[in-house]
Amino acid sequence: MATPAISPASARRVFWALAAAGGAVLAVALGAAHYMEQHGHIVTGMNNQVVWGLPHVFAIFLIVAASGALNVASVGSVFGESGYKPFSPLSVLLTVALLAGGLLVLVLDLGRPERLLVAATHYNFRSIFAWNMILYNGLFVICALYLWSLLERRLGKFAKPVGLAAFAWRIILTTGTGSIFGFLVARQAYASGVIAPLFIALSLAWGLAVFHLAQSGLAQLAGEAMSEELQGRVRRLLGIFVVAALYFVAVHHMTNLYWAKQTAFEHFILVTGAPYPVLFWIGYVGLGSVVPLALLFHPRLAGPRSTALASGLVSLGAFALLYVFIIGGQAFPLEIFPGYEVASSFSDGKVDAYAPSLPEFLLGIGGLAASFLIALVGVHALPILPLEAFARPAAAPAK
Amino acid sequence: MNPVSKRRREFLGTAATIAGAMIAPGVFLYDYAHGKAPGEAASGKVRWGMLIDTTKCASGCRDCVDACNQENGLPGTTRPTDSQWIRKVDLKDLKTGKAISAPVMCQHCADPPCVDVCPTGASFKRADGIVLVDRHTCIGCRYCMMACPYKARSFVHEPTTGQKPDVPRGKGCVESCTLCVHKVDRGGTPSCVEACAAAGHHAIVFGDLNDPQSEISKRVRAVATTQLRADLRTDNGVRYQGI
Repeated sequence: MATPAISPASARRVFWALAAAGGAVLAVALGAAHYMEQHGHIVTGMNNQVVWGLPHVFAIFLIVAASGALNVASVGSVFGESGYKPFSPLSVLLTVALLAGGLLVLVLDLGRPERLLVAATHYNFRSIFAWNMILYNGLFVICALYLWSLLERRLGKFAKPVGLAAFAWRIILTTGTGSIFGFLVARQAYASGVIAPLFIALSLAWGLAVFHLAQSGLAQLAGEAMSEELQGRVRRLLGIFVVAALYFVAVHHMTNLYWAKQTAFEHFILVTGAPYPVLFWIGYVGLGSVVPLALLFHPRLAGPRSTALASGLVSLGAFALLYVFIIGGQAFPLEIFPGYEVASSFSDGKVDAYAPSLPEFLLGIGGLAASFLIALVGVHALPILPLEAFARPAAAPAK
Repeated sequence: MNPVSKRRREFLGTAATIAGAMIAPGVFLYDYAHGKAPGEAASGKVRWGMLIDTTKCASGCRDCVDACNQENGLPGTTRPTDSQWIRKVDLKDLKTGKAISAPVMCQHCADPPCVDVCPTGASFKRADGIVLVDRHTCIGCRYCMMACPYKARSFVHEPTTGQKPDVPRGKGCVESCTLCVHKVDRGGTPSCVEACAAAGHHAIVFGDLNDPQSEISKRVRAVATTQLRADLRTDNGVRYQGI
């Protein structure tokens, strides 16, 4: 057993300090949501052109990362890599925490959040949104069962089948999240079948990055980190996922560039439409992908700190990409009259200037805080931390 | 002939004429306008639509927009967050320089993307082709606005004032042109159509696209018309002439 870095009493103090900090941020976010609910979306930067703003960037990040946070559990249970098994409970807990945080933001950003019951009782099965509500709730149920089977020794035999179900479910779920955009036939930025696999690739990278940040953060409190061999595998896996995501992003843009009717949009999003090209090239491609890849794969740079830094950068790059994808995609005018120069009082033919307001930013941060709190309480209340595992060689079988 | 019976005949004849003159327009109007009895369901035999003749639509004229705002209790302001159920769009052909002005509103598609994506079914299409939002089940997710190819929908960004009894609106819900369904169901025509006619432009024809004898059907048969974003095959109920 490794010696924890701090004494149990100090650990308790750290827990309460973190819980208080997370709770304070969440309370401010709930206040911001209440303010938005009272005044309407007029107090946000959103309008009739950019209808989904910064809260959606946070919500989609959390929901996509939630699916990917399950990677480690899947590798352990589904693909039988026993070295990962001690970390499976943390992986499943993070999935629940991230999904809950994302959904919180999504719900509080609704025009009528108090009508959640309507959304839960009225389903239009032609809507991918309605399907997603079932998929999200289903993942909570499956993850609860999964966590139970991982933590309760007597239910251990169910861990593999439940893990398999969770793996299949999360792939379908992220297909659904991507298809929210993929099925939008009207918009140049979306309407592509490649968005579903793109989102799956993104989820693999973002989820593993968040998992790594949480795991290495906890290791600071609990003592030693993962074995070096396991760290190396996580590092390489993260690198592969970052490349996969970059590949799908490239395919998506290249498909659009090939279609004459989409070239104006691509020119806007990749070259002229400030701030989106900067966020895309420097934020996502540079800082969010190339730099992390160098940190992960360069022999001189590779190490625990580099992996943590790379994970942080991948997560920041995710926000840059989502901002470009969601907001840049809406800011570009819809082409209703091809071949015509268009002007109207309703932003026709005009790039929309969206500037997020403080309340919507706070609501988004609140989603992160909610996820953080759920994970923190989970780690505190359940035997999530694989304390024994920290000292074990990776090849040791899980208990 | 007995003078009494002659007078009686004349009286009956006159009375019948007066009665006929009084009743006939009502009978005729009812037949013409297809008004619906209260509580009667919309009929799938009807497909309400509009034909907008851009050659008659005057640039700078906003009579249809003003009439819509007036009828539906919309403020009429044009900030990016304000509702605009109908807007005037000025077009210039990039190749020829030809200038066109036209109103754009909900196109009342036969296959509306907004209805497909709405998670709760609040966006719906009536049997007679009118696409509406049920204000009681709209949760304000704005997915329909993402899906609409015509940017026809508005989100109510702040508390509403000056609502009309026939046209419920509410903060946090999505709304769009109803084709003045409250008037159409009583046998009337949409306010934009009336205003355009009153201004002498007659650029908008409203009617039943399924009735071969309706003016709109005759016009659509006689002249070349287009549906916006026809490539999407949403089969719009609103057609344009001259684009």
